[in-house]
Amino acid sequence: MTLMTVLLILLVLAALWASMTTLLLRATIALALASALLAVVMYSLGAQIAAVLELSVCAGLISVVFVSVISLTQRKPFKDYVDRRLSRLSRFWPLPVVLIGAGIALSFVHAPVQVALPVPGAEGDVRVVLWNFRQLDLFGQILIILAGVIGVLVLFKREGKDDN
Amino acid sequence: MSHLLLLVPFAALIIANLLPRSARPAAAGIAFGVLALQTVAVALPPLGLADWSFLDPVDAVIGLHVTMDNLSLLLLISAGLAGMAALLTAGPGLKTGRERFLFANLVMVALIGINGISMVRDLFSLYVFIEVTAVATFILVVIRHGVQAYEGAWKYVILSAVASVLMLTSVALFLLVEGGASLEAVQHALTTPGPIPWISAALFLSGLFIKGGLVPFHGWLADAYSAAPGPASVFMAGIVTKASGVFALMRLAQSVFGDALPARWIFLVVGAVTLVIGAFLALTQSDMKRMLAYSSVSQIGYIVLALGGSPQLGIVAAALHFFNHAVSKGQLFANAEAIEEQVGAIPMDRMGGLGSRMPVTAGTSAVASLSIAGLPPLAGFWSKLLIVIALWQVGQYAFAAIAILTSLVTLGYFLSLQRRVFFGAPLPEWASVREAGGRLIIPALVLSLITVIVGLAFPLILSLLLGGAL
Repeated sequence: MTLMTVLLILLVLAALWASMTTLLLRATIALALASALLAVVMYSLGAQIAAVLELSVCAGLISVVFVSVISLTQRKPFKDYVDRRLSRLSRFWPLPVVLIGAGIALSFVHAPVQVALPVPGAEGDVRVVLWNFRQLDLFGQILIILAGVIGVLVLFKREGKDDN
Repeated sequence: MSHLLLLVPFAALIIANLLPRSARPAAAGIAFGVLALQTVAVALPPLGLADWSFLDPVDAVIGLHVTMDNLSLLLLISAGLAGMAALLTAGPGLKTGRERFLFANLVMVALIGINGISMVRDLFSLYVFIEVTAVATFILVVIRHGVQAYEGAWKYVILSAVASVLMLTSVALFLLVEGGASLEAVQHALTTPGPIPWISAALFLSGLFIKGGLVPFHGWLADAYSAAPGPASVFMAGIVTKASGVFALMRLAQSVFGDALPARWIFLVVGAVTLVIGAFLALTQSDMKRMLAYSSVSQIGYIVLALGGSPQLGIVAAALHFFNHAVSKGQLFANAEAIEEQVGAIPMDRMGGLGSRMPVTAGTSAVASLSIAGLPPLAGFWSKLLIVIALWQVGQYAFAAIAILTSLVTLGYFLSLQRRVFFGAPLPEWASVREAGGRLIIPALVLSLITVIVGLAFPLILSLLLGGAL
């Protein structure tokens, strides 16, 4: 078993934990862990800049945003949490089983399609790509974050008397 | 000028948020001003009444990769009109000043997203701006909270996430095989041998079908429209879902697929299934907003069906039906909000006889209903006629027949709506019901007027669109 296989198995387990847990904080930690593992996979495959961005944005920044939003919520009583976890596990246990089964099945399929990867040119430098070619998309990203902030205000901030 | 269509709403958004708390009611006014400016500024040049070429240096300095054509123009005008109607209805439709302030903010964010969708020429940028619009819309649905709203938004989020995965996978595959995701690169990739480019195109199309609420991915649409507060429904039904799903399909049909046969057949089959199933689902509804939502599904089917017709006329027909439907459906949701304000959210069968109490709402809703059903000389008749001709030109007689026959079903459910809500003697419990206030009546009147004017001035509009090589 290679290091890559171990990393991929851990990545799947972290992703499953993130989607199956009923506690928001644990889901956030699991997601950050999955992102960190993905960053290691990316680094091993030679995509260093993508790995750094994955680690800093997905594992770092997004986790901070999630934790700040969770801090605005109220925790349910522990009994509710246990009941909910059990009912969720009893309903959704086939999903991870199917997912893992599909992954194992796909690992035996050797895709006949060979794709010639484009050779990175001058635009291969991430700074050039971001600021010269994709600045429109960066603008879009800023807007999505802004919309997310408004979303947090709508969903979690209680109205004050002077808001009416 | 194209850059200003992104930067002016962004500047307005920042200014609105820098206002002191006491001046926040002005945010809706600022947003309305931006929408009005956009509508007028975009509509004047094609009519020969203005020339904004002196603003071109601004575009050159900023250098974002956006360009405007006649297709963009239709979306930009539709967005302006639907946005203004939504902001006007927000006055009575949203209870608190905070809700109205956040609503104005979200409309601005969604407007930037829609403007971006109309002007980008790159698959990844298209995806980014579709997401901008979608994220703003999720929040619009839950702006007044409530279990129904959360459920509607949740379904929308989940299906949108699936669409995002499909679209991103498609972009990644195009980047792998072609080294770029510009529309030219995608068009070139589709001419190369091998299955990957067409698999990627199918993935992107599936994502857009979900975003546009096409059958079989229509489940979220009725829940989201009916759960959202009235002003949000006006905006969503008027423009948002059409921009993020259907307009992107039109752009791809125009700039990427051309007369490629596989794409034409996908549009024909998906369009026909959507328009028929949407129409029959609308026929069975007892809730007015849900009926209008399923009617939207059906009309979106018409737009997609047109893309399977003759290449140039098909796009023109789709664009015109897009505009007509944006105007009429936005107006019908404004009518629904007016009725809900007076009698509450109750089934249509319990309304009865509201026509004599709310004559303006009844009259404008009749105009919009008949236009969508395709009755001459209203705007909807012409766009449906063009759709049928576009299908006939390429020998798709069966699909043309489906389009005509489903128009009868459309007329059926709209007549049923009119009868159940407005016709007959007013019920005793509606003795105190009065016509809705000016902020609900004005958008309905203006949008009805546009429907009539577009219908009467249709030859002029058609020559402008065909002359501009849409």
